[in-house]
Amino acid sequence: MGTALDVRVKRAGKVYRDGEVLSGVVVITSKDAVQHQGISLTMEGSVNLQLSAKNVGVFEAFCNTAKPIQIINSTIEMVKPGKLPSGKTEIPFEFPLQMKGNKVLYETYHGVFVNIQYTLRCDMRRSLLAKDLTKTCEFIVHSLSQKGKLLPSPVDFTITPETLQNVKERASLPKFLIRGHLNSTNCVITQPLTGELVVESAEAAVKSIELQLVRVETCGCAEGYARDATEIQNIQIADGDVCRGLPIPIHMVFPRLFTCPTLETTNFKVEFEVNIVVLLHDDHLITENFPLKLCRM
Amino acid sequence: SYFLRHARSRNYVSESEACKLESVPLDFGDYHPLKPITVTESKTKKMNRKGSTSSTSSSSSSSMMDPLSSVLDGTDPLSLFAAAADPVTTAAPTDGARRKRDKDESSAVGSDFEPWSSKRGEILARYTTTEKLSINLYMGSEKGKATTTGSAVSEKVRTRLEELDDLEEGSQKELLNLTQQDYMNRIEELNQSLKDAWSSDQKVKALKIVIQCSKLLSDTTVIQFYPSKFVLITDILDTFGKLVYERILSMCMDNRVSLPDNFSPESVNDTAKETCLNWFFKIASIRELIPRFYVEAAILKCNKFLSKTGISECLPRLTSMIRGIGDPLVAVYARAYLCRVGMEVAPQLKESLNKNFFDFLLTFKQIHGDMVQNQLVVQCVEIPLYLTLYSPAIDWILQCIAYHAPDVLLTEMMERCKKLGNNALLLNSVMSAFRAEFIAARSMDFIAMIKECDESGFPKHLLFRSLGLNLALADPPENDRLQILNEAWKVITKLKNPQDYINCAEVWVEYTCKHFTKREVNTVLADVIKHMTPDRAFEDAYPQLQSIIQKVITYIYDFALLFSVEKFLPFLDMFQKESVRVEVCKCIMESFIKHQQESTKDPVILNALLHICKTMHDSVNALTLEDEKRMLAALINGFIKMVSFGRDFEQQLSFYVEARSMFCNLEPVLVQLIHSVNQLAMETRRVMKGNHSRKTAAFVRACVAFCFITIPSLSSIFTRLNLYLHSGQVALANQCLSQADAFFKAAVSLVPEVPKMISVDGKMRPSDAFLLEFLCNFFSTLLVVPDHPEQGVLFLVRGLLNVIQDYTWEDNSDDKVRIYTNVLHLLSAMTQEAYICHVDKVDSNDALYGGDSKFLAEINKLSETVVSQILDHLKTLGKEETLKRQSQLALYFFNTILAHGDLRNNRLNQLSVNLWNLAQKHGFADTKTMVKTLEYIKRRGKQPEMSHFTDLALRLPLQSRT
Repeated sequence: MGTALDVRVKRAGKVYRDGEVLSGVVVITSKDAVQHQGISLTMEGSVNLQLSAKNVGVFEAFCNTAKPIQIINSTIEMVKPGKLPSGKTEIPFEFPLQMKGNKVLYETYHGVFVNIQYTLRCDMRRSLLAKDLTKTCEFIVHSLSQKGKLLPSPVDFTITPETLQNVKERASLPKFLIRGHLNSTNCVITQPLTGELVVESAEAAVKSIELQLVRVETCGCAEGYARDATEIQNIQIADGDVCRGLPIPIHMVFPRLFTCPTLETTNFKVEFEVNIVVLLHDDHLITENFPLKLCRM
Repeated sequence: SYFLRHARSRNYVSESEACKLESVPLDFGDYHPLKPITVTESKTKKMNRKGSTSSTSSSSSSSMMDPLSSVLDGTDPLSLFAAAADPVTTAAPTDGARRKRDKDESSAVGSDFEPWSSKRGEILARYTTTEKLSINLYMGSEKGKATTTGSAVSEKVRTRLEELDDLEEGSQKELLNLTQQDYMNRIEELNQSLKDAWSSDQKVKALKIVIQCSKLLSDTTVIQFYPSKFVLITDILDTFGKLVYERILSMCMDNRVSLPDNFSPESVNDTAKETCLNWFFKIASIRELIPRFYVEAAILKCNKFLSKTGISECLPRLTSMIRGIGDPLVAVYARAYLCRVGMEVAPQLKESLNKNFFDFLLTFKQIHGDMVQNQLVVQCVEIPLYLTLYSPAIDWILQCIAYHAPDVLLTEMMERCKKLGNNALLLNSVMSAFRAEFIAARSMDFIAMIKECDESGFPKHLLFRSLGLNLALADPPENDRLQILNEAWKVITKLKNPQDYINCAEVWVEYTCKHFTKREVNTVLADVIKHMTPDRAFEDAYPQLQSIIQKVITYIYDFALLFSVEKFLPFLDMFQKESVRVEVCKCIMESFIKHQQESTKDPVILNALLHICKTMHDSVNALTLEDEKRMLAALINGFIKMVSFGRDFEQQLSFYVEARSMFCNLEPVLVQLIHSVNQLAMETRRVMKGNHSRKTAAFVRACVAFCFITIPSLSSIFTRLNLYLHSGQVALANQCLSQADAFFKAAVSLVPEVPKMISVDGKMRPSDAFLLEFLCNFFSTLLVVPDHPEQGVLFLVRGLLNVIQDYTWEDNSDDKVRIYTNVLHLLSAMTQEAYICHVDKVDSNDALYGGDSKFLAEINKLSETVVSQILDHLKTLGKEETLKRQSQLALYFFNTILAHGDLRNNRLNQLSVNLWNLAQKHGFADTKTMVKTLEYIKRRGKQPEMSHFTDLALRLPLQSRT
């Protein structure tokens, strides 16, 4: 024991883009000199798809995890077999982050059924007597800016009992009129989603108004495809019976890691939507859905 | 016999000429080490809004007060501290200091801005409840819920999640049925666990604690406690904000150099920026609105690390975010918090302050909406009470807006408030937040508005109270003054509820005292008495009544005028609870001592003050603390010193006699009286230029008799001894010889009673040092006391020596011998032809005996005895462990002989040589001292007729230290 391996990338945020050089150091700390069979560094990037139990049954969901799609995989030999002195040894490295051919470097994304992850793995091979040492470090990839793709697309909305779908007894609904707008449904991922909402009138008291951010993940496979919508986060923008006629700001920051620019590939899709959820005091739940298009600038 | 026969004869006059120091003219002008330090303290105007009277105090030399107690007046740092009662700052004083420093940085807020810390104590004291409270903490992670299902979350996230699960508060925790005190303790515990979590690097736990705490602010059950809850919880938020800011600031340290105070975001390194961003992302994902708002507001200052415009962009966003809060009370407090943070972080951004207030006005109608009404019905809270819950928040917002704001803005604000139907709640807040000068200048307008305004449940007397507070601070236009008082008092006097009435009256008394004569003050006091007497209503209003007295004596400190206010003394009769009564008496006496410049004999003042002092004195009982007694005695003494009947000495004495009978339980007062009477006797002597007439002689004897019968009633033995001596001296000076003898005899017979240990300042100390000092003093006095014709020669000296002989001294002390040595000084002085000092018109023994040989023989005999006693004692010190003492005593005796003996006498000369050798014999003598002594002898030898000193010096060997 006593030998520790660490991989440190240079940037504090660990964020890199296509074409940039990933640089950092491998740090080896040990009390004694370390004999080894070579140290190598591997950069890996892959998309993991998982099928939802809803579509294929539990057993298949468990076994049938679709094969990960490799995005990038390259290894470099850092140190030839030999001996490292005792104490702290820092070995700097530089790794160009470059795609071969016309492959695309997807953004890092952590979802439920789709995961896009990039790691740096350092391996120190050792003689038979000592265990090999491995250390992995995740780094984050942001796609290049998609300039030109973004057009502002403001949306105005009005919610009344009449505009609702899926209502069982329309007559029992209290009367209400909620108006508002989203400044754009085409969003820059680093900028918050903004807009305003006015409760013009409502017979029943308002209990809460929330913004629900939803991811819609689609995985294609041999038997067809699976499409699942799950909640990422829920942000309350009004608590209690708000003042009528007073605009309430809609404001939501997109969480890092759990969101990425809207993504469509042959095998899978990652899309996002936002729901405006109004909860009334008599437990009526009113939801208005808006598909979003996220991109990175 | 060989000693005093050969006492060196002395010519005191020429000696004193030779020894006098060159006189140096003293410059009394500026610096003098004993001059009292004058501390002039200036408080900011707004600070004394509540306690308005205790304004500037300075301890000047004219004040007869005990200098220590005068410091207590108003500015005692301890009581200030207690008043603030700030658990956060008390727990971490360094935090306070730092906060202060931070405040200084944002130069825009000066010291004239009343800080939040001064409000919080007031709010905590005012908004209390007896109902049971509950704390509902849900420590489980809500951020976790969304993501735990993910299978491939990054390692970092996973460890975070595990950390969340491991916390002992992993589950929901509801604490019910807490009393207010329990609740406050719990919150304080949370504050502590926040700090603990932070210092043990559990940042996630710290954040969760803060989120849970701020969530408590969305709960309005037990609504009357809400303002206090807000205070407690925002303390935690402040702590959190500071922790985060300081942590990120410490990450910016570059080579141990921290950032300058006004750093720019460019100089912040990436790691710090990333950490800061992380915090903001984490907070942005908090599900619930209210915690998200509060936590983000708490770390508003951290925006400075990210961008220059961060704060100015955040403030408006947070401001409009509050619109989402449905409950108007919760919303207004959220606004108050935002203004508070805003003022601290970016006071230049006035816009959002105004925006907050305008938004509040927009939602104002909600206060009278159904939701609120239903809630009040459920909680059984009346509308007037509910409305007062808003005051601290609105006051604070308006105070922030009004700070250094132009009158135009204030006028606009007022107009906006008026538009909302001249609402009483708003009007009240305007009055308590805006500049007093602004309000005072428009007093008549305000009175009109108050009359017109729609009460809608907000009590009108509070409005008059607020107006009164302003008028106490700033003066209205000259012409309106009387009308204002009339209009206001018309309303106040109609108030039925004594509590409402007294709260108003208390405030308006100050205005009345400030601008009107004693006639109006008298009317007001009479009105208060009329209102507070029925059903003994005054019993519930002691603090207010006390404050009224305070205010009256602050403005009317001419006591002749004060006591001519007819209702003043009847007013005092309302204080029927003894502790309060004594407090009030103390205040009055303090004011008297502070302000009374000249001594007085005004019978009105004397009667009233004697009555007041008597009240204070009578409150003393077995349980009274020593400190309290000392304080009361100091006040009474201050009064006694200020009483003077001028040349009417007999009247003065009879006053003292009366005072003695009144204040017999306070020893310091009796001591003061004895001193005063002694002073009176000496004053009489001065007036008569030393020649007493038959009448004045009788008067002086009466004074002496006063002292003689008063002294035995004192308990402290040294006080008695010293007073006997002192009074004896006074008697002697006034030619009352037999009385002086009586004093001295009493002192002599008291000496055996001196205990070994006495209590000094509550600690037991050996008494020998005190006794030694007293006896030396006594012996010097005895030099001038003439012998009593019927008693033997040196009767008193002998008596005293006998007492000393019989006194049981400590076994290992040389005090007795030291005194004996000192007695030799006395005896040598007594053999002189003319004594060193005399009392005018009293013949001392030098004149009585005229150097009679029998008298000298007596003295010789006496000194022989004393010397043999000393030598005996020296012999007993021959043991190993006492050799050092022997050496010291021998040298002491040697020095005595050197100073007072006639060394031309051979035997005396031989004795001194022996003593010198004895002192050096065992190597305990201090070489330096011996060398110096020898040098002195040699120097003396050079003077004319002193050649025998040179001879002596030759006979004194110096032992070298080997």
